[in-house]
Amino acid sequence: MGRLWLHRYVRFVAVAAAILITAGGAVTSTGSGLSVPDWPNTYGYSMITFPPSMMVGGIFYEHGHRLIATTVGLLTIGLAVWLARAEPREWVRRLGWLALGAVVLQGLLGGITVLYFLPAPVSIGHAGLAHLFFTLIVCLGVLTSPGWRRSYGRSEPPEDRTLLRLALLAPAAVYAQILLGAVMRHTGAGLAIPDFPLAFGHLVPPSWSAAIGIHFAHRVGAAVVTVIVFAAASRALAHHWARTELTRPAMLLVGLLLLQIGLGAWTVLSGKHVTVNTAHVTAGSLVLATAAVLALRAHRSRFPDAAEASGRAGTGAEVLP
Amino acid sequence: MQHRTLWAFASILVLAAAAACGGGSDAPAEAPAEPAAPAFDPATAGNVTGSIMFEGEAPAAEMIRMNSDPVCVKEATDTETDYYVVGDGGGLGNVFVYVKSGLEGSFPPASDTLILDQKGCRYTPHVFGIQVGQTLQIVNSDPTLHNIHATPANNPEFNAGQPIQGMTLDRTFDNVEIMVPFKCDVHGWMNAYVGVLDHPFFAVSGSDGAFDISGLPPGTYEIEAWHEELGTQTQSVTVAEGGTADVSFTFSVG
Ligand code: HEM
Ligand code: HEM
Repeated sequence: MGRLWLHRYVRFVAVAAAILITAGGAVTSTGSGLSVPDWPNTYGYSMITFPPSMMVGGIFYEHGHRLIATTVGLLTIGLAVWLARAEPREWVRRLGWLALGAVVLQGLLGGITVLYFLPAPVSIGHAGLAHLFFTLIVCLGVLTSPGWRRSYGRSEPPEDRTLLRLALLAPAAVYAQILLGAVMRHTGAGLAIPDFPLAFGHLVPPSWSAAIGIHFAHRVGAAVVTVIVFAAASRALAHHWARTELTRPAMLLVGLLLLQIGLGAWTVLSGKHVTVNTAHVTAGSLVLATAAVLALRAHRSRFPDAAEASGRAGTGAEVLP
Repeated sequence: MQHRTLWAFASILVLAAAAACGGGSDAPAEAPAEPAAPAFDPATAGNVTGSIMFEGEAPAAEMIRMNSDPVCVKEATDTETDYYVVGDGGGLGNVFVYVKSGLEGSFPPASDTLILDQKGCRYTPHVFGIQVGQTLQIVNSDPTLHNIHATPANNPEFNAGQPIQGMTLDRTFDNVEIMVPFKCDVHGWMNAYVGVLDHPFFAVSGSDGAFDISGLPPGTYEIEAWHEELGTQTQSVTVAEGGTADVSFTFSVG
């Protein structure tokens, strides 16, 4: 019972984190990052006492983002403490502290980027850590789920090494692609190639600059990610069609990836429309988290709690206590 | 438990580092140097006058939507973009004209304070010039918040909040720079430019395109005209003793 509530709480934190990613994405998309020049205060007010009536223009996004971030920070403290008290697996408790460390570091990066006028490396770090944080929370959701504890009703370890490899490769590739996106976004290269799917009317840009290079890399990266994700998903669907814990995230992953590519193209073609651009950031996080869920579940039998869980699954007679 | 202490320790370290490095950009304004005597006989001074013309059809001014701040909607008197200020006779306003090279000796900073006003959620003036070391007073005349964010390349960047009506902030610039942009990140439509020079020989064209740079020592100069959208043009001009040299620039789109 208590474990179920813990799992529900993790889901709740994950939703809050997704909202926070969207709010952060909106800050960058609207260019409001410096509309509040000070940190940790807001125009000299403490963050809590800053009057809502003054949340005008860009401040709506920047101060709103800080408020949501603080809420998520508090929720993450709650998560780490709850895990510390109720979670028997030590490594899962550690992941709770890791999430808390990530959110603290993330807040500091956010403050530092404001004080130093959004230097690209700090803003890229802030963006990159944000997606990792969200994915970590989602992973905690998987690890605390009833399905995970039952080992999804399976006892024998899967022998499909191809699936194991592809399932690991997918989130790694997606994350590299996200980092490329963040570099592009914070070096102002988002419209360095103004057309899509071609580049200046060619398959390969006819002339190069750093901005065009990074932008083109993100497009090539999208193609590479697509190949890897399709390989992983089709492996799961074709060879493990009965394992719904794999086929469901696999199908979702393909759907989200197609959506994400559409949003990326639309971002370019719309000249970085704020809503489309922000949706591309959020969907990027969802793609990463879904790939991570698939990877975790595919590797279920390799986790330290696998033997114990498959015992509880009630199939293996030779399972150790 | 060990991990908890480790995290706490690491966080404190990072916090301390952030605090130690933070806010280092607020260098106090230097006191202006004693005005020195001009390096030439003022009686021989001449002028450069002329006009900036715009050729062709200027892009029409656009309406600025200020809905994101109700105070701006209420206070605004001017809600059109001012990238292209073209007068009836085809003169182009808001062009910064200055002596780029040819001057000798040094010139003391002007002792008067210039004002950049934030009023009706716009900057006045939109384009202006200042001397190195001369005080710029930035005023918030609006009953809403502004952040004044300068994004120079050769001078220190700064970003300061002015949440309360009537707040002022004094700044000086240490290095010559054409041009230092200002923006307000609260109200994304607000922008202004200042040209920072180590001499007083500059002007901004009026809406009729006319400008006048006076008090110049006789000599041959390179004059540059800068427009925020149309870039720069230069011309060489010779100013005779007590004379007026005429120079005109013509800008066009494309
Ligand atoms: C603690 C959890 C936080 C998370 C998960 C988070 C997440 C994000 C995300 C996803 C973005 C968009 C990045 C992009 O689109 O490239 C962003 C931008 C931003 N965040 Fe945060 N943020 C957090 C905390 C903070 C805090 C406490 C501040 C305090 C000032 C802050 C300040 C900013 C700023 C200024 C930007 C815009 C950066 C830019 O445009 O270069 N963030 N944040
Ligand atoms: C595998 C699929 C893709 C993923 C996972 C992905 C992910 C991302 C992410 C997460 C960001 C923002 C990074 C940040 O938070 O700062 C980003 C930025 C961007 N992406 Fe993608 N992307 C993908 C495909 C594409 C495609 C096909 C295009 C089309 C050209 C595209 C165009 C862009 C652009 C233009 C930006 C920068 C927007 C800006 O400058 O504000 N993306 N991408």
